[in-house]
Amino acid sequence: MSEPRTLTADSRPVVAAKARLRWDARSSRHLLLYPERGLILNPTAADVIQLCTGAHTVADIVDRLAVKYAPQPRETVEREVLTFLVNMADRGLIREHDD
Amino acid sequence: MTEEPRPYTLVAELTYRCPLRCVYCSNPRDFARHGDALGTDDWLRVFREAEALGVVQLNLTGGEPLLRDDLEPLVEGARTLDLYTNLITSGVPLTRERLARLKAAGLDNVQVSIQDVTAAGSERIAGHRSFERKLEVARWVKALGLPLTVNVVLHRENLDHVAEVIALAESLAADRLELANTQYLGWALANRRMLLPTREQLDAAREVAREARRRLRGRMEVLFVTPDYYTDLPKACMDGWGRRFLVVTPDGLVLPCHAAHTLPGLSFDNARERPLAEIWQHSAGFQAFRGEAWMPEPCRSCERRTLDFGGCRCQAYHLTGDATATDPACSLAPAHALIEAARAQAQAPSTEVIYRTARAADGV
Repeated sequence: MSEPRTLTADSRPVVAAKARLRWDARSSRHLLLYPERGLILNPTAADVIQLCTGAHTVADIVDRLAVKYAPQPRETVEREVLTFLVNMADRGLIREHDD
Repeated sequence: MTEEPRPYTLVAELTYRCPLRCVYCSNPRDFARHGDALGTDDWLRVFREAEALGVVQLNLTGGEPLLRDDLEPLVEGARTLDLYTNLITSGVPLTRERLARLKAAGLDNVQVSIQDVTAAGSERIAGHRSFERKLEVARWVKALGLPLTVNVVLHRENLDHVAEVIALAESLAADRLELANTQYLGWALANRRMLLPTREQLDAAREVAREARRRLRGRMEVLFVTPDYYTDLPKACMDGWGRRFLVVTPDGLVLPCHAAHTLPGLSFDNARERPLAEIWQHSAGFQAFRGEAWMPEPCRSCERRTLDFGGCRCQAYHLTGDATATDPACSLAPAHALIEAARAQAQAPSTEVIYRTARAADGV
């Protein structure tokens, strides 16, 4: 196995096989479920995770969210998205899509 | 803490039957008295009612859940409810074909228990020759594209092998490795003199696990659960009584933890007789140790009471005879000397093994 690479703008993140997103009607939040655990996602985090399909690069994801969360500056959105994705990758909840 | 209790996890003990005879089995010592009274439809109703209460995680466990021939429809029903379904298994008996069917039914994760890193070491703990088969099952799990958790219960006979355990889990490409020190209840309490490690063993193993966690970050989750006999602080057992977990036994008892029915004087309801929501909210057994009113001193005025919830009620009862006592694992507990005495005994261990058997004495 290779060392986990650092996420870059060109990375195409994908939700790991062990994790699954579901809507939680009680909290009106998305949950990211994985063995024995779960994360309650805020709406922005849920937007990011829903784009982690392997089809979108980090740059794509940032572009889309920057539009959705305008007038927040793109740099702010980018910083938040990257911080979140690195945290998720460290937990093994997202991986880089490999062809 | 005024936060409303919500069960997030349902632990479905589908059967207490198991081909293995592990010396630390968490099933009650009188497991043979509890038959598989819940049928497929009963379990599917329990799943529905649990999901309606807020449950999102389903652990299919036992005993050995593979001994139920209705596991496939149960997994399928759970997936329909969007539950995250984790099969907790010894891997025996299983075929690759059945595993593929379970995956097709919507299984999310497979947790395979491994007792040690050698066939002989494993057989000594499990009382069953199954090591090679378990490795084969773990490889099928990955080959079929399912996430794999490897669970290893730690004790004095395998704590010195933690580096090899980690290497084994890596070679199996496990997604998650649970290094869970034995909890000394039930069978494990009966075998405590054989199982309880020394502090030196524990510290060394914890350091090995810590290094592996750093090295494997993002690839394999490495969890190390310290035994409360050496922490001087009680664990937040089940995240607090009746706060997050629902356990349903093979005969339908609805419990806040897997050993709650070993406590005397508590009444628990059966899922066949009362809706789960009513049981969760109102049953006397669930109410017994919720909140803080039941707590004795030093818990009642302790600033940690909202963190550890007073520790483990079952441990309190089985060590002191009083389920409302402060968990003896706590260094502030009046009965903490019991833990210190057990630790002292770890310097002069026993090699005598009591395997799980249907002919065990009553109680505990």
